[in-house]
Amino acid sequence: MSPSDPKNSIVSKGRRRFLQLGAALSSALVACRPSSNLPSNQPSFLGRPVSEYGTRSSLERVTRTFRSSLSRENASSRTPLHALEGIITPASLHFERHHAGVPTIDPSTHELLIHGLVNRPLIFTVDELKRFPSHSQIHFVECSGNGGTHWRQAPDISLQNLHGLTSCSEWTGVRLSVLLEQTGVQTDATWLVAEGADACKMARSVPIEKALDDVMVAYAQNGEALRPEQGYPIRLFVPGWEGNIHVKWLRRIKLVDQPYMTKDETSKYTDMLTGGKARQFSFMMEAKSLITRPSGGMTLSNRGYHEITGIAWSGQGKITRVEISTDAGATWREAALQNPVLPMAHTRFRFGWNWTGESTVLQSRCTDETGYVQPTRQALIDARGPSYYHYNGIQSWAIHSDGSVHNVHV
Amino acid sequence: MFMCKTGIALVGLGLAFATTTYGRIQSQQYDIGRVPTAEEIAAYDISIAPDGEGLPPGGGTADQGQNIYVTRCAECHGATGREGPNDILVGGQGTLASDQPLRTVGSYWPYATTLWDYINRAMPFETPGTLSADDVYSTVAYLLFLNDLVEENQRLDAETLPQVQMPNRDGFVLDDRPDVGPTTVHPVVAPPVSPPRNEQ
Repeated sequence: MSPSDPKNSIVSKGRRRFLQLGAALSSALVACRPSSNLPSNQPSFLGRPVSEYGTRSSLERVTRTFRSSLSRENASSRTPLHALEGIITPASLHFERHHAGVPTIDPSTHELLIHGLVNRPLIFTVDELKRFPSHSQIHFVECSGNGGTHWRQAPDISLQNLHGLTSCSEWTGVRLSVLLEQTGVQTDATWLVAEGADACKMARSVPIEKALDDVMVAYAQNGEALRPEQGYPIRLFVPGWEGNIHVKWLRRIKLVDQPYMTKDETSKYTDMLTGGKARQFSFMMEAKSLITRPSGGMTLSNRGYHEITGIAWSGQGKITRVEISTDAGATWREAALQNPVLPMAHTRFRFGWNWTGESTVLQSRCTDETGYVQPTRQALIDARGPSYYHYNGIQSWAIHSDGSVHNVHV
Repeated sequence: MFMCKTGIALVGLGLAFATTTYGRIQSQQYDIGRVPTAEEIAAYDISIAPDGEGLPPGGGTADQGQNIYVTRCAECHGATGREGPNDILVGGQGTLASDQPLRTVGSYWPYATTLWDYINRAMPFETPGTLSADDVYSTVAYLLFLNDLVEENQRLDAETLPQVQMPNRDGFVLDDRPDVGPTTVHPVVAPPVSPPRNEQ
C-alpha cells in the first residue's frame, strides 16, 4: 500500500496529527531537561557507517590476563570466564599457551607433511586440506595446568587467574582419519608424532586409536580462520585431551611404532604421584565444573535472589548432572543444564539462589556420562599428593557477610 | 584444482603405484595432495626416537660442550645448570619421593635422546636451529656430565647416546585414572533454603 492510497488517507492524517503532537511533546520535554525522563538512548544523530570487520564497543573492557613470567613468548593468557555467557568463547578471548611465541605463517606457502609408517607419504597445502569433506564440532580446550595453583595454595584471586586456561569453540577442519586414508597406515604404526612450525617445533605423540577416532586438522574457529594464537593456518585438534597435544601451526605428522618421548610428554605434562613415580600420557581431561558467577573478586550487592551460573565439561563425553551446594558441601541440589549439552564441550548451568546475607561457601560438582563425579580437592591430594597438572577438584567460593567473594579451600 | 602441474603429475604417479592394501584402514581416495620427494621428507624430519632412530652423524664430549653451554645456555639456566632462572637442569637425584621433588634432566628425564631432540628443535630459546649436530651432542654430553651420568671425555654420538641409562627411566606409570572415585554418596536432596526459583 502506498501512502497516497485514498483508502489510507484518513488513517494517515490521523497518524500525522499524532506524530506532530508527539514531536511537540518531545520538544517540550527536551526544553524541560535535566528533569526529562526521556530514555538516555534516544537517537538524535547518525551512528557509525558500516565497517569491514567488527569490533566490540569501546566501553567493553574485559580482556585476557597473564601472570608475570620470565618470557612473554613462553607464557599463557587466561580467558575471562566470569564475564562470559553461554558456552562459546570468543576467539579473541580464547586462552593462549605458547612455548616459543606466535609464528607468522603465510597459508599460501604452508604445507602439512604426513609420512613415516604410511604406504604413501603425502604433502597437502592448506587449500588442499580445505577441499576434503569438512567437519565441525563444538569442543573445549583446557590446558592441563589449569587450576594447578590449587594443588598447593589457595590465593585470594579471581576465577580468571585460577582457572582461565579453558575455552570452548566451534572447530572446523578435516578429520585426520580422512587424511590417513589417503596415505594408508601400515599395521605396525601405533603412534604418530605431530609437530608444529613454531620456534620450538612443539612435538607430541598421539596414539593411533585416538588419531583414527575423532582427531581433526582444524583450520577454522567459530566460523572464521583460526587466530594466529590458535595455530593459524592449521592445528591438530584432539577432543577432550589436554591442550598441549592440540599441536598448533601443524606442519608434520609422522606415523611411528612407539611414543617418541618428546620433552613435553616426559619432563613436562607428566603428573608426579606420591612416592616419586609420575603418571605419563595422562591425556584426557577429567570432568570439572566452575561457578563463574558469583566468583572470586566479585561482591554481591544485595540480599535476595541471585542466579548462580557456571560451566562444566568432561573429556569423556557429556555432562549429565551439575549439583550446587550453598552450604560448603553439606547439602547439594541439582542445577539446570542449558542446551545444548554436547560431549567434550563447556556446558552452561544455572541455579536460583536466595542469599540471606550470611557468610557461606558456594560449590559446584559435576557428573559425566561415564558416571565419573568431580572429586574434592582433598580426594585428589589423597590419591596423588600435591601434583601440578590435571587439577579438577571442586571449587569453593566463600561469600562473606559483606557480599565479597573469595577463593578458599574447605 | 589449485595444484601446479608438477603436483598433479606426482599425485598421478603416486596413485599408479598405490597398493590396494592400506593396512589398518581402507576407504575413499580423493586424489588430493602430492607425494613428496625423499629429500623433502629428510629436510622436514627432525624426529628422534627414544632408541636413537633419527640421530644424525657427528658427536661430541662434555669437554667440548662446556664452552657452548657457558656462551649459549648459562644465561637462562645458570652457571652450573642449578641456578635458573629458567628450568633447572642439574641435580635433584633422590628428591622425587620427597615433599620438594626437584625435576631436572638428571633426576627426572627418562631418555637422553629427549635432551638431544629438544635442544636441537627448540634451543637456544631465542635462536633455535643455530647449533650444529656436533654442538648439540657436545651440549648434551656436558649436561649429562654435570649430572654425573657420563664422563667428561666420553664421546656421545648416534650409537652411544641412546645407551646412556637415565636414573628415572622406570619412574613413569601409564594413565590409570580414574584414581579418585565418587567422593560422596549421591545426595539426599536437602529442603530448599528458600530459593525463589530453580530455573529449568
